[in-house]
Amino acid sequence: METTSASVTERRRLRLPNWPLLSMIGAVIFLFWVFIAVFGDLLTPYEPGEFVDSWNVLGPMTADYWLGTDYLGRDVLSRIMTGAKYTVGLPFVTAALALLFGLILGVMATLLSKTVDTAMSWLMDTVNSLPSTIFALVAVAGFGTSIPVLIIVITILYIPSAYRNVRSAAINVSKMEFIDAARVRGEGNMHIIFREILPNIIPNLLTHFGIMFIYIALLLSGLSFLGLGIQPPEADWGALVSENMVGLSYGAPAIFAPALCLLSLTVSMTLMVDAVSHQKKDR
Amino acid sequence: MTEEHFIEVENLVIEAGGRKIVNDVSFKAKKGEVVALIGESGSGKSTIALSLMNYAREGCAITGGSIKVGGRDVRGLKGAALKDFRGKTVSYVAQSAAAAFNPVKRIKNQIVEAATLHKSMSRAEAFARQKELMHTMALPDADNIGDRYVHQVSGGQLQRMMAAMAMINTPEVMIFDEPTTALDVTTQVEVLKGFKDMIRERGVTAVYVSHDLGVVAQVADRILVLRDGEVMENAPAKDLLERPQSSFTQELLSASETRLLELQPEPEHDVVLEASGVLAGYGAIRNGMPQYPVLEDINFRIKKGQTLGLIGESGSGKSTLGRVLAGLLPAAKGQAKLNGRDLDLANAQHRRKQDRQDLQIVFQMADTALNPRQSNAEILGRPLKFYHGMTGEARRKRVLELLDMVRLPASLADRSPRELSGGQKQRVNLARALAANPSLVICDEVTSALDTVVANAVVELLVELQRELGLSYLFISHDLGKVEAMCNEVMVLYKGREVERAPRDRLTAAPEHAYTQQLVAAVPQLRQGWLEEVTAASAAGPQTYRAGQ
Repeated sequence: METTSASVTERRRLRLPNWPLLSMIGAVIFLFWVFIAVFGDLLTPYEPGEFVDSWNVLGPMTADYWLGTDYLGRDVLSRIMTGAKYTVGLPFVTAALALLFGLILGVMATLLSKTVDTAMSWLMDTVNSLPSTIFALVAVAGFGTSIPVLIIVITILYIPSAYRNVRSAAINVSKMEFIDAARVRGEGNMHIIFREILPNIIPNLLTHFGIMFIYIALLLSGLSFLGLGIQPPEADWGALVSENMVGLSYGAPAIFAPALCLLSLTVSMTLMVDAVSHQKKDR
Repeated sequence: MTEEHFIEVENLVIEAGGRKIVNDVSFKAKKGEVVALIGESGSGKSTIALSLMNYAREGCAITGGSIKVGGRDVRGLKGAALKDFRGKTVSYVAQSAAAAFNPVKRIKNQIVEAATLHKSMSRAEAFARQKELMHTMALPDADNIGDRYVHQVSGGQLQRMMAAMAMINTPEVMIFDEPTTALDVTTQVEVLKGFKDMIRERGVTAVYVSHDLGVVAQVADRILVLRDGEVMENAPAKDLLERPQSSFTQELLSASETRLLELQPEPEHDVVLEASGVLAGYGAIRNGMPQYPVLEDINFRIKKGQTLGLIGESGSGKSTLGRVLAGLLPAAKGQAKLNGRDLDLANAQHRRKQDRQDLQIVFQMADTALNPRQSNAEILGRPLKFYHGMTGEARRKRVLELLDMVRLPASLADRSPRELSGGQKQRVNLARALAANPSLVICDEVTSALDTVVANAVVELLVELQRELGLSYLFISHDLGKVEAMCNEVMVLYKGREVERAPRDRLTAAPEHAYTQQLVAAVPQLRQGWLEEVTAASAAGPQTYRAGQ
């Protein structure tokens, strides 16, 4: 009894080392990409827009150009590093916003009247039934493409899934007797939300955040690939793949490198989500 | 007797994560004998029973000893042979029949599944046998009851059908894993009778797992008392019940006996809670009547320092009354006065903070009643701040006092409730109610999830606190022994109505209403032969209240 409780408190203090090895690897890769996203602009070996080797477009990996050159002879590594702030940053911001709104609406639906819950759930299901890529395409076509438009559109698209997730988790918790105990005591809704419900659904929120992050990263890259996302001269990884499509038949690193970076980003997030959801189960 | 032993278990060891959860257990059973495994939760009784099928729960492994059933080495069985053994030679009756049956299939189709799966008989034969078994289990309309679905039969009937399902291949060994724990006492009698008849008629060797000595006394030939995976005592049932050798067995036996605790005398005045004409239920309310009324015309008063017991079977509305008084469920009709002030039963929003403070409720499941994300100090500290505005040092001091009051060490204050045992959790749960300085505490089945010894300690604690703090209780329970131990007066609920109210000594000695009589008679007693007496008496009796039919 003594030893087990001691290890429990210890686990709470140092949570990371408790993750399985694969998830730790995922975390390392993800943190690496976060680092690049934040400092990439300062660390690039070349100017991302500079034609460093115009004679050798779609060139191979060399000591000078680690990931080769692109279709205009620019350094691919530098372009990936400057693109990271979009491919890592935008999904992060939009997933966080969607989660925040989903949380507010989801908890409101659980605690307010049944009518509010039903109305809100209908509305959310309506939004959810819109195909996300088509909706994004239409919105971008209508409002023009810019980073604020992308953020707003994608946030709106992902609020319903966050709402559904929060609502179901919060409903489970709100059926617990400690919520009844708080109600009998006469606690207000704010106490019940922040002190009783929220701490119990944080693992759910983290898991869902990770999953939304992955979907949004893929959706944004898809939009950019179609030319509707980040506009030149700036480019995220989806745009890098798209602009170097000619290189596909030459097996140029310029097309594979950004695609593999995107893959490593989403896989590393998946591995981290695994660890959080397993911890949730152990609880 | 030169008869061979049919089940032989020797030096069995089962480990979970390097820890021995069953250590060096040996027992034997002759053909047709019933061996009972008894112990508290965590004693390894179910684990041992399951090992007879060469099955260990996830994370556990059978690491030592030998298990022989009918001369076969069970631990050596693998693949097809093991599958065959499990379905045909040994079968299993689980605690919760409701969870074991598929709700969307007819019951008879599920009962014959084991037979058709093992191809031990044709489908037609299997259905014929299914009917026969339903008769053996004394089910009403035995020929056709198998056509029903799970929701169309009662819990007791379903439990008996589960035994029928286990019997379909005429197994030689049956394992009963707490099969009556989830049932009301009145239903339990019928189910036990069914089991016993079947075991005797078919000559089955059985292993019966239970925590209830009274139940075990009725069915077992031999009893094994277990504690932390070790055998404390292994003796024929009669010897064990009459001359227990180990101190642990003696403790268990004395814990199962009802001891009437000394209570406070009734004061002249000082009515704490008075309720009249309470009517409540679920669904939309039309013309002052809810769609599904659960409680009707409930009247009572509780004086200072007194306890009113509320007893009834599941579905009788006893917990509903607790929830109505606590303000969790609005009443359709009825008035209540708490300490002389009107208590709003219809809308809890209108209650004063003083009312909420005076009336506290303690829930049944301490597991879900304590927020696992808060420490015990936070859980207890919240009502102190909420009702009394206490903060900082003063609050901390009071938290420690409260822990001391419920006999918990101060070192538990900064632990999470997840780290506590069931009994400790229930004490924290109680301390939270005490933090408000209430005058009345509603105890909703506070002991039913606890082991007997632990539950008795909680009941004693409640009575001590009552004496120290002058508390009044509404004690809701299905356990007549507990109600008798600590309640001055007892109200018996049946289908949402009060059928009898009496002081505790009168209630068990001379129950007036037929349902109360049946309830009192159905509490298992610690002597063999009681089951036969009871069933004979109820067959002869003119009026029987049948539960759930």
